[in-house]
Amino acid sequence: MLNIRHLTKSYRSGGEPVKVLRGVDLTVAAGERVALTGESGSGKSTLLHLIAGLDAADGGDILLEGASIGTLDDAARAAIRRERLGLVFQQFNLVPSLSVADNLNFQARLAGRHDPAWHTELVERLGLKPLLKRYPEQLSGGQQQRVAIGRALAVRPSLLLADEPTGNLDEDTADEVMALTRDLVARTGCGFLMVTHSARLAAMLDRQVHLHAGRVA
Amino acid sequence: MRRALWILAVLLSHWRRHPMQLATLLIGLISATALWSGVQALNQQARNSYDRAAAIFGGARTPMLVASDGKMLPQSVFAELRRAGWPVSPVVEGRVQLDGHSIRLLGIEPFSIPREVGAAPRVGRSELEAFLTPPHRTLISPETLADLGLKEGTAPRLSNDALLPPLMAQQQLAPGVLVVDIGDAQRLLGKQGQISRLLVGQTPGKREPLKSFAGGRLQLVQPEAETDLERLTDSFHLNLTAFGLLSFVVGLFIVNSAIGLAFEQRLPVLRTLRACGVSARQLNSVLIGELVAFALVAGLVGLVCGYIIAAALLPNVAASLRGLYGAQVPGELSLRPEWWVAGLAISVVGALAAATTSLIKAMRLPILSTAQPYAWQEAQRRWLKLQSAAALAFFVAAGLLLWLGQSLLAGFGVLAALMLGAALLLPAILEIVLRLGERGARAALAQWFWADSRQQISGLSLALMALLLALAVNVGVATMVETFSRTFLVWLDGRLAADVYISAADEAQARDIQAWLRTRPEVRAVLPGGRAEIQLAGAPIDVLGLPDHDTYREHWPLLQAGSDAWKQLVRGDGGFVSEQLARRLHLAIGDWIDIPAPTGDWRINVAGIYADYGNPKGQVTVNVAALTRRFPATPITRMAVRAAPADVPGLIAALTDRFGLDGRNVVDQATVKQESKQIFNRTFAVTGALNTFTLGVAAIALLTSLLTLANSRLPQLAPLWAIGLTRRRLAEVELLKTLSLAGLTALLALPLGLMVAWCLIAIVNVKAFGWRLPFDVFPLQLIRLLIVTLVAALIASLLPVLRLARMQPAQLVRTFTIER
Repeated sequence: MLNIRHLTKSYRSGGEPVKVLRGVDLTVAAGERVALTGESGSGKSTLLHLIAGLDAADGGDILLEGASIGTLDDAARAAIRRERLGLVFQQFNLVPSLSVADNLNFQARLAGRHDPAWHTELVERLGLKPLLKRYPEQLSGGQQQRVAIGRALAVRPSLLLADEPTGNLDEDTADEVMALTRDLVARTGCGFLMVTHSARLAAMLDRQVHLHAGRVA
Repeated sequence: MRRALWILAVLLSHWRRHPMQLATLLIGLISATALWSGVQALNQQARNSYDRAAAIFGGARTPMLVASDGKMLPQSVFAELRRAGWPVSPVVEGRVQLDGHSIRLLGIEPFSIPREVGAAPRVGRSELEAFLTPPHRTLISPETLADLGLKEGTAPRLSNDALLPPLMAQQQLAPGVLVVDIGDAQRLLGKQGQISRLLVGQTPGKREPLKSFAGGRLQLVQPEAETDLERLTDSFHLNLTAFGLLSFVVGLFIVNSAIGLAFEQRLPVLRTLRACGVSARQLNSVLIGELVAFALVAGLVGLVCGYIIAAALLPNVAASLRGLYGAQVPGELSLRPEWWVAGLAISVVGALAAATTSLIKAMRLPILSTAQPYAWQEAQRRWLKLQSAAALAFFVAAGLLLWLGQSLLAGFGVLAALMLGAALLLPAILEIVLRLGERGARAALAQWFWADSRQQISGLSLALMALLLALAVNVGVATMVETFSRTFLVWLDGRLAADVYISAADEAQARDIQAWLRTRPEVRAVLPGGRAEIQLAGAPIDVLGLPDHDTYREHWPLLQAGSDAWKQLVRGDGGFVSEQLARRLHLAIGDWIDIPAPTGDWRINVAGIYADYGNPKGQVTVNVAALTRRFPATPITRMAVRAAPADVPGLIAALTDRFGLDGRNVVDQATVKQESKQIFNRTFAVTGALNTFTLGVAAIALLTSLLTLANSRLPQLAPLWAIGLTRRRLAEVELLKTLSLAGLTALLALPLGLMVAWCLIAIVNVKAFGWRLPFDVFPLQLIRLLIVTLVAALIASLLPVLRLARMQPAQLVRTFTIER
């Protein structure tokens, strides 16, 4: 479902080019749950951003369900993010001026794929029913991340990408959020690629991929 | 489409959670649009009136044939020209006295009027019969009908006992004009068989040369793009427009501040939208759409407010235009659809201009940058150096315009560059002053006070710039008006040295009055005067005839004079010119001018230059006897009378009884002065009102900036509260900080305002009106304005400060607990 070949990416820092990804190869099958681990600066987040089309690679190719992301223009990449991907960030990135209910629907409505039955199921599984009318600033960190996961899955994506989704949460809450995510990913049958520093959380997924110095170790 | 609407709903949700910010944005747009379109409404109303006046049966808008010697033409030339293929139509023009009013009378021949005179009122088919068959009709504007207190259908009698045809109101006709059939006009004006001019149609065809008609006296006058009235009132309207523009710019400062802050606060949302699959193009389109929608809503409200402002100011503007220029502007607003469209357009353009930097940032928004909700304030600091460089560039531009510019527009350019430069430099100057304060502070709280004030500059800089501009203009205009007021009063005393002024209905009555006055023991002198109107160097000029008398020799407001100035006047080879005419024609004492007179060119030596404030026309003053020799047709119907002040009321009562004169024909010096002062005050009442509005908008800018900043200030204030400062004490410090910043801005505005006053007096007035006033400073006025500023700042900061003083501790605690 996701097929990455010889992916390279470098940034300029202080006028000098810094190679972040030096030819990454990776595949994620439909329904597979993969943890992407590695030390700081190994290129985990960069790889995730490239898959999401948030940034452009220098070389190599990313194929999502057969479509090459690198060759698409901004509008087409935006369409893929909207309709086929779910994104969860460490900072939650909810819209502060929208209620929990509206945040949950946010991406699905953008994609024109709002499914009331699926929405209700998500609300119940994520335990958000009593919080629907609240605003993000009125929620705890764990609650905010549950809303962010719900938002990402509301569109029934092909692939869920998560960048340190539990980085801002305590251990118990992190476990709770992870368990919910695994269940929901299984329910939707989408692929799941999660960047994490935590070996404990990585061990909860089907497979671990370790990045070291810009390459899959 | 549904996606775009959903994105719009998400963007709009920000305003629902930040209503004060939305109010700020809308208030800015509404104020900007209201003040700009209010001024434009006044200008449009006045210009419509000029157009109506100019378009009356040709006027200056149609080509015409006139006698090259300025005299009347025989009516027979009309028939000759028509036979020779010229599509001409005759017009007779003159003035008649009706119920004490001097009114322009036009006689037309409706069958031959060229089709191109389209803007003129048309006599409809049903009315044509009534207009042409006895007792005929007199067309009159509804405004003039109301002014005269007459009703349609009445046939009023003129002062020469002639009877006008029954009145018929015509909406399109300009005020102050009566239109009758040409035969009636010739009878009423005593010009049987004569015509004033011939309107020329544009029908193609072969025409015989003009030389063969009327003994070669015919001259073809091409239509003018701008009438005398438009030329004369240009400066007045330019001044109004400049004020409107200033208010508009001050309003846009608020809009820019609100949009900039909202954009920075919404950055994380914009990035989330992009991350969730909204393309850059769609996001930017919706952002622009949102802004345009706000601009349209605010523009509509602004237009309504602008209409109200214009309606409130129109009576004063109309009175000023009537008093200063003799222009008739109806007291009721009637606006064209273009005004509404232009108002909405200016609101949209203003909003987009104010949002330019934010929109460019949105277009270049990198999705992956870390969200920094309040980076805007920091970014403002980085702009400080750039702003200072731009300020210096504006100062250089002001200097170049001052050095090289000749026009009134260049004068306003100097003002604009000076003020923009000063506004851009303000944050840097405040930064330096506050840094010095910080260095001098010893106590911990004092140090924090200065440091935090410095940090606040970035957030308040736009509002403070708006305040600086509004204050500087207030100081400048107030200084100019005060200077003008004092100079004007002294000048009035000089110009109105006689005790009673009489305007007779005709020369016969004038002779009777003079004879009677000479028999009265209380009358010390009778001073008859006359006035002729000519064109000199393409502009209308009054030639004023004065008798040779001590009254004038002692009081005439001469600015410069040759050694035997008054003797030259009596001889008839010398004259005085008004300051504005001297400046326009670059005349100095001893120069010669040629006055075109019916008896041939009259060569006059410039013997003196005198002040003639408030008169848009140039003026030449000569001896009245010399005037009547050169302009034999000039009626000497005006006279001034010297009498002891105690005898004046009795004399006026006797004149009124004996000659049927009323308040319009005979007035005492005090009344004329009072009326002149009223015109003066009304003229500057408009300026004063716009000044106050601008200051009000600046105060709103300060209030809205403080309110929008209030919440973002909590992280700075909460730690102080946590270490032991009470909320009340914090509120007091906040209040003191705002007052200090406003006070510093006001102090900087004073020298800037005096520079503005100097520019107005030495550049703008000279170029706009042709005269220059002395430059004086009025310290009490400056102190008053300083106090007003501090009170405005106090009012603006009261709401956010009270909120802080009453803030629940839980709200402050949250500052430490919210995950950021």
